[in-house]
Amino acid sequence: MPGQSLLQRILGQTGLYAAIACYVIFALLPIYWTIKISVTPQDLLYSEGIKLWPSRMTLANYTSVLKATDFPRYFLNSFLVSVTTAVIVTVVASFAGYALSRFRFRGKALVSLVLLLTQTFPLVMVIPPIYRIMGQLGLTDNLYGLIIIYTAFNIAFATFLMQSFLDGVPKDLEEAAMIDGCTRFEALRRVIMPLTLPGMGATVAFVFTAAWSELLFALMLINSESQKTFSVGLLTFVSKFAVDWGQMMAASVMALIPVCLFFMFLQRYLVTGLTAGAVKG
Amino acid sequence: MASVSLRNVHKKFGPITVLESIDLDIADGEFVVLVGPSGCGKSTLLRSIAGLEAINGGEIQIGDRPVTHMAPKDRDIAMVFQSYALYPHMDVRRNMAFSLNLRKSPAALIGERVAEASAKLGLNALLDRLPKQLSGGQRQRVAMGRAIVRNPKVFLFDEPLSNLDAKLRATMRTEIKALHQSLKTTAIYVTHDQVEAMTMANRIVVMSDGVIQQVGPPLELYDRPANMFVAGFIGSPTMNFFDAVIVRGAARLADGSLLPLAPAAWKEGREIVIGIRPEHLHFADQGFPATVTVVEPLGMSTQVTLDAVEERVTLLALERPQLSPGDRKYLTAKAADIHVFDRVSGLRLN
Repeated sequence: MPGQSLLQRILGQTGLYAAIACYVIFALLPIYWTIKISVTPQDLLYSEGIKLWPSRMTLANYTSVLKATDFPRYFLNSFLVSVTTAVIVTVVASFAGYALSRFRFRGKALVSLVLLLTQTFPLVMVIPPIYRIMGQLGLTDNLYGLIIIYTAFNIAFATFLMQSFLDGVPKDLEEAAMIDGCTRFEALRRVIMPLTLPGMGATVAFVFTAAWSELLFALMLINSESQKTFSVGLLTFVSKFAVDWGQMMAASVMALIPVCLFFMFLQRYLVTGLTAGAVKG
Repeated sequence: MASVSLRNVHKKFGPITVLESIDLDIADGEFVVLVGPSGCGKSTLLRSIAGLEAINGGEIQIGDRPVTHMAPKDRDIAMVFQSYALYPHMDVRRNMAFSLNLRKSPAALIGERVAEASAKLGLNALLDRLPKQLSGGQRQRVAMGRAIVRNPKVFLFDEPLSNLDAKLRATMRTEIKALHQSLKTTAIYVTHDQVEAMTMANRIVVMSDGVIQQVGPPLELYDRPANMFVAGFIGSPTMNFFDAVIVRGAARLADGSLLPLAPAAWKEGREIVIGIRPEHLHFADQGFPATVTVVEPLGMSTQVTLDAVEERVTLLALERPQLSPGDRKYLTAKAADIHVFDRVSGLRLN
């Protein structure tokens, strides 16, 4: 910046990077600690409790989680529920968001309001009625039940998210496509959809993560081992008198992997600016 | 190529009427410019012809086909948008080929048409670029290329030059006109810029408040505007207006000075408004008095602003008068150059 001495600039830069470093450490330390404990042998867990890295490492926690527990099953359940929810929510929210973004129809404001209202209820308040309804429908202790609930709870936010992304795509583009020979649906598929991929990516990522880490409903509705999701499964490491920290952390690290992979895959869709150059800008 | 005809077209947005009984016939190959201030309905009319707006009454025909209830894609038209509306995820080649691809035209034909259009518009070097890698003028050209490859019956232009800078706008204006002269496709062009309208059109349609005010060739509108709105809208700098009363076949201005009128059966005492274009006003030994306030030399001409008869008056002189602010002068105009309008209806009287 002009008008600043070299010293001021260096100090400014140092301050900036120090602040960023503090934030990164703050955000990543719990994850680091999880990984550290997952590779710490059982006998060192308490004796080297606050050391930054254990003097010996082991993968025993991982092998026992994979071989001696039902975790592979829990993972699979979580994966099925999260992916299905993310796909359904994104597809429905894309169409709903398109309608809210592009059409004028009677009751549009009311629809938006009701969607917004659904977001204001505390979860704890709606659990009992949901439990009763799902019970009568035979959807308790059942992954379908979870998918339905997660879809219902995420769709409002996802719709608003998609609407804002679609609002950012100029209307001229689909009109140009419609004059060029597309029906409205073709214009949506060939022109609008490719441009909203970042938005859809963000929506998929958001819903997937929400469903993947959900605990409350899964805990309430699922009883049998075969239907448990991993977040519920994690609690099996907590027994009445002890917590098996090593295995619990190993399972947690493994639970992080799909989310990380997912975000790595989606990252390129999350970049904005794909619409640059469409219209004057 | 085709003619376009509009019969009694009505359009409302809620309770607001934006187009009121529009009747217009556009001949095959004609270049018609719709012009008017913002909100006059010109863009809505163009979008109605394109099928992007549904009309509430009337009929639209392109060629010999009624298209009133047809989807835009079935009307065989091409449109160039103000925002260019290029597909950002497709390169220039795919942008231009998009409509032909949708029609499943053979690849050889598509290649040929794209090559032809890009050669015509000087886009050959840009075919593999994405829209975001192009300048405003280049994007504008691609938008035109996209329109011409499909060889439509009618071109629609919605203020296509508004986003360009003044110099580029003048160049593109000439290019579009030249393009129309070589393609001879019927074109309907919307603008709020009367210079574009004057320079490009075979015929101009002046609109205001959803109603057509006058239709005619540019010079006819300039020389014989049908009403005060058209008189004030067409021409830059704008026409000077003065309230006047008919006295013994002449126009008496508010300060009592008289201006000659072309002989006609003028009713004594009638309240009128006279209009004089800036280039038709000149300095004289007698006429009405005026005080110079601003002198703006433009090189080719000099624009002089004066205060006269409680009005601000603009005069355009082709010579270079030696004037300074505060000078007192007399202004006059030839009888044949004075436009006479009714003060109440605003309609032309002579």
